[in-house]
Amino acid sequence: MQTPGEFELSRRGVLAGGAASVATAALVPIGAAAEAREAAAALPTAKVAFDVNGTAHELELDTRTSLLDALREHLKLTGTKKGCDHGQCGACTVIVDGRRINSCLTLAVMHDGDRITTIEGLGTPDKMHAMQDAFVEHDGYQCGYCTPGQICSAVAVLGEIKAGVPSHVTADLTAAPKVTAAEIRERMSGNICRCGAYSNIIDAITDVAGVKA
Amino acid sequence: MKFETPATTNPIDQLKVIGKPTRRIDGPLKTTGTAPYAYERHDVAANQAYGYVVGSAIAKGRIASMNLDAAKAAPGVLAIVTAANAGKLAKGDFNTAKLLGGPEIDHYHQAIALVVAESFEQARAAASLVRVEYTRGKGAYDLAAAMGTAIKPQASFGTEPDSGIGNFAAAFAEAPVQLDARYTTPDHSHAMMEPHASIAAWEGDKLTVWTSNQMIAWSVGDMAKTLGIPKENIRFDSPYIGGGFGGKLFNRADALLAVLGAKAAGRPVKVALTRPLMINNTTHRPATIQRVRLGATADGKLTAVGHESWSGDLPGGGPETAVGQTRLLYAGENRMTAMRLAVLDLPEGNAMRAPGEAPGLMALEIAVDEMAEKLAMDPVAFRVLNDTQVDPEKPSRPFSQRRLNECMETGAERFGWSKRNPKPGLTRDGRWLVGMGVAAAFRNNLNGPSAARVRLDKSGIVTVETDMTDIGTGTYTIIAQTAAEMMGVPLDKVVVKLGDSAFPVSAGSGGQWGANSSTAGVYAACVKLREAVAQKLGINAADAVFADSKVKAGRRSAPLGDAAADGELVAEDMMEYGDLAEKYQQSTFGAHFCEVGVDAMTGEIRVRRMLAVCAAGRILNPKSARSQVIGAMTMGAGAALMEELAVDKRFGFFVNHDLAGYEVPVHADIPHQEVIFLDETDPTTSPMKAKGVGELGICGVAAAVANAIYNATGVRVRDYPITLDKLLDKLPDIA
Amino acid sequence: MKSFTYERADTPAAATAAFARAPGARFIAGGTNLLDLMKLEIETPAHLIDVSRLALDKIEATKEGGLRIGAMVRNTDLASDARVRRDYGLLSRALVAGASGQLRNKATTAGNLLQRTRCPYFYDTNQPCNKRKPGSGCAAIGGFNRLHAVVGASEACIATHPSDMAVAMRAFDAAVETVDAAGKVRAIPLADFYRAPGTTPHLETVLAPGELITAVTLPKPVGGTHVYHKVRDRASYAFALISVGVIVQRDGTGRVALGGIGYKPWRVEAAEAELPRGAKAVASGLLAGAKTTHENAYKLPLVERTLAGVLAQAKG
Repeated sequence: MQTPGEFELSRRGVLAGGAASVATAALVPIGAAAEAREAAAALPTAKVAFDVNGTAHELELDTRTSLLDALREHLKLTGTKKGCDHGQCGACTVIVDGRRINSCLTLAVMHDGDRITTIEGLGTPDKMHAMQDAFVEHDGYQCGYCTPGQICSAVAVLGEIKAGVPSHVTADLTAAPKVTAAEIRERMSGNICRCGAYSNIIDAITDVAGVKA
Repeated sequence: MKFETPATTNPIDQLKVIGKPTRRIDGPLKTTGTAPYAYERHDVAANQAYGYVVGSAIAKGRIASMNLDAAKAAPGVLAIVTAANAGKLAKGDFNTAKLLGGPEIDHYHQAIALVVAESFEQARAAASLVRVEYTRGKGAYDLAAAMGTAIKPQASFGTEPDSGIGNFAAAFAEAPVQLDARYTTPDHSHAMMEPHASIAAWEGDKLTVWTSNQMIAWSVGDMAKTLGIPKENIRFDSPYIGGGFGGKLFNRADALLAVLGAKAAGRPVKVALTRPLMINNTTHRPATIQRVRLGATADGKLTAVGHESWSGDLPGGGPETAVGQTRLLYAGENRMTAMRLAVLDLPEGNAMRAPGEAPGLMALEIAVDEMAEKLAMDPVAFRVLNDTQVDPEKPSRPFSQRRLNECMETGAERFGWSKRNPKPGLTRDGRWLVGMGVAAAFRNNLNGPSAARVRLDKSGIVTVETDMTDIGTGTYTIIAQTAAEMMGVPLDKVVVKLGDSAFPVSAGSGGQWGANSSTAGVYAACVKLREAVAQKLGINAADAVFADSKVKAGRRSAPLGDAAADGELVAEDMMEYGDLAEKYQQSTFGAHFCEVGVDAMTGEIRVRRMLAVCAAGRILNPKSARSQVIGAMTMGAGAALMEELAVDKRFGFFVNHDLAGYEVPVHADIPHQEVIFLDETDPTTSPMKAKGVGELGICGVAAAVANAIYNATGVRVRDYPITLDKLLDKLPDIA
Repeated sequence: MKSFTYERADTPAAATAAFARAPGARFIAGGTNLLDLMKLEIETPAHLIDVSRLALDKIEATKEGGLRIGAMVRNTDLASDARVRRDYGLLSRALVAGASGQLRNKATTAGNLLQRTRCPYFYDTNQPCNKRKPGSGCAAIGGFNRLHAVVGASEACIATHPSDMAVAMRAFDAAVETVDAAGKVRAIPLADFYRAPGTTPHLETVLAPGELITAVTLPKPVGGTHVYHKVRDRASYAFALISVGVIVQRDGTGRVALGGIGYKPWRVEAAEAELPRGAKAVASGLLAGAKTTHENAYKLPLVERTLAGVLAQAKG
């Protein structure tokens, strides 16, 4: 194998790297056409109807509205959290037609006719879902901000294992995956908890699943 | 109430409620999505508009011009705030850089404008239409390059940058066994899950800010100073905080810009920092370069202990105090520590979970492992041998409690430490090289004055009000436990209200002082309430027994609520402290044990087991305290293995400024974690006899992981994070 | 995010016709990458054509004995399909090594192929990036580039393609089926699908504007033992530092494809002839002409070592 050399800075690289003391228009300019469009056009909106936690909703929304913002800002269902708005944390996890998704990375208007379950639909403080109760019992949270996403994910994860969806740690692809702590850890990895409640969250989920962590 | 002499027996010692692993009282709200966080307060003010922050595109220089025309003309835009139109703003005492930059720019993504619009989508779109021309200035962004320019910083919080006793240089030179090594720790991001967020509303000259903030009184004061208005006109409310770790100790741009935006728009405005903006806009734990020198006798007694640390910050900022623990952790007659500070034009450095100790122990506790190996001693035995029960710089001053050795030995026993092969690189489990590591955990105990108000109503409900915050620490629950214990009521008869600046000023959440300080404040208020109850019921307070929702004295017994039969009883007090913390060195201790596997082929590192043993005074709630420790262990594992803000040394910013780029541990990275608390009370800290654990838990973790990696592979990495690229060329050859 | 108008297409023909009416529009399916980029105004379409409900969500046997995977098949469904798990295990493995459960539930087959680089400078609109803004420069060169390409890069761009799925598909000699507004259907071998950055890193695939991916076809199964090893700093939910996918036959022959090292899933058929001689020989062929930076040189030994481990694992 040859010993590769360092890339030399390209002419453009030098320009980029040596830009000290030159004036630069730093915010990305957008096309003049786009600007005109922004100013002139009436705000594009679209109608969407979906069911959230058993209640039918009809909304007319700015097309840019994410499902997450539709829930939080329009329906005032603030249990679903915005942690990153870019699919990097899982705090916005909701269950749509039985599948967990990041509600921040989907447009509300794309969910016409869908059935959406949020944390509020799983249980209430007086009547908690078994998973919610297990999170309290095992202290599977600290600041609580990632918690609704963790719980929605946890509920869905047990369903995914039951449905036979494989994961990165499933040993035999041709066999049904088992409910183990390792399987749950891998499958829950799209839900970041910076407080670091992971160990307790796994205890809570395995408790609900009826297996030993 | 003033706490001046060590505590004797008091109602807390009944331990009917305190000390029990109670479920959190806020748990049902947090798990059902009904706990309201700052950005979610739709109910508190009508007609909220949305603000979106524009961050500087350069790290240092000036705004040459700013054109707002296109943004102003965009649909839905209500107002645009910039430094040019915001009026005179003072810088808060707790901020190093201004929260609203311009025309001078102090760091990348420093806020330079807020666009307020009817909707979030409109505000976001219009924000990108703000046209800015910059003149770039020359900045310093490379700590290693700036080391030579670092200076001795001013003393801060009473801590001198340099310390020394004996003759370190001579003792080190003469020591038969020496270690002299350099370690580096990178910049870290708090990366709490809830972005900084605030809603602000003005009513005349009265301002209310619903926000996410760890230190309410500090931040109200800083907001008043920034705006030049009396702090009496400002109310902050922060009942739920989606993580802080030091990143929400102070006002950030969301709070100030929501306030300015609300003024400009003439209606309430809500602002959240976007995730890609947070890392460069707010604060971070600064990188360090550390040199540790240890000298020991051939039989392993430390004779010379030296620790120096270099870090950088913006002008006016402070050092990362990475040498503090080294002054107290081990014996040794000849000692020196020093901190040096360089000016860097990166974003503002500031406190992050266990500031100082976390990065300091990342270095020191590898050094101790290296020294033990040089001495051919077991690293647990080496630490035990060099224990000290007194302040090594001032031997007349004892530790109030110090059971580090017991932590070490208990942990070694529980973890199966005797199975560790002291020769590195020899233990295999299939493709994995397996190793164990240990490190000491150390963090000083701090107490702060803390006040609370306690109310009793005729149904016997006790309501606690304090501006204390719960940042995930379990404060709601331990305060409720304290009030329940003091007033003799079950937990469900206590209501806890936090985070409102209208409530008495607490110690706030930081420096792991919150648990002991805030509950001590509640204790003080409850003592007063007990007196008021006794007086109302006509019994002698000294004889009164508060139990089972009743007050008993001799044969007399009355329901507690009877004392409030003709009106609510209210008591307020503050706990203040005498000089016990000077007489005694109050610290918390622990031992972290870790087992890792390292893929012999790829160098991938996975943590297999973790154990912490902590001695930290009375544990008020073992369930939530355990969570504090496992959470800190998780953050420590992140620091060991993956967390690093990548500095672009040309443009002066943290490149990986989101949660995809700045990797923090996920579920799959963290095994089941064990925590043991030694049964301990420390009567010198407060009537609660407690200390904190939230920062102790991270101290030493990364070094324990690093030492385990060394034990697994025989490769000593002194530059964090320990990623596979640093191991690869020293791993066993491939077949 | 720039405002845009929105319509939903019910058929591929309607989708391509909608594009013809609104040049500059984008198709949106799972949206997990496009919306991410639109929020940062890295993508600024004026019109979105929702293709997520097109009836392209089936996995069907082809008459050649392979599989035809509809463009809208979700990553989770593709990874879970019994035929894929049995005959194309490498594909299932690669899929579940990517992203998170939530994202895989949304992300589609076509969208996964078309996802754009995760280079942090591409994502920061204040920074020069030839891929995002042609001619502005490449900030990654000389900057933070630990994650960047070691093969196939140019002086204009050193970004990598982030897909795991595509690595496995490349190993299977997959082809991408498309249709355009004129109704013209074509099959593009995945090997020819991605364009080298050269001086035009903003042009990433050979798709023409408005050309819609309808399916990915896999030739008939090739048997063998399948192993996919994705190497990353954290154990899950992270893009690859590098990844290695192999299909090894009993006689020691096989196929090797790499991820995380270039602008496309990397496969050099000639290098596979060296498989009986071991990882070093294969890696040397795979990485011929590699150019590294001050931060990513580790990728070369990492590929070699990971390949050695994977081959050992495949042999059992």
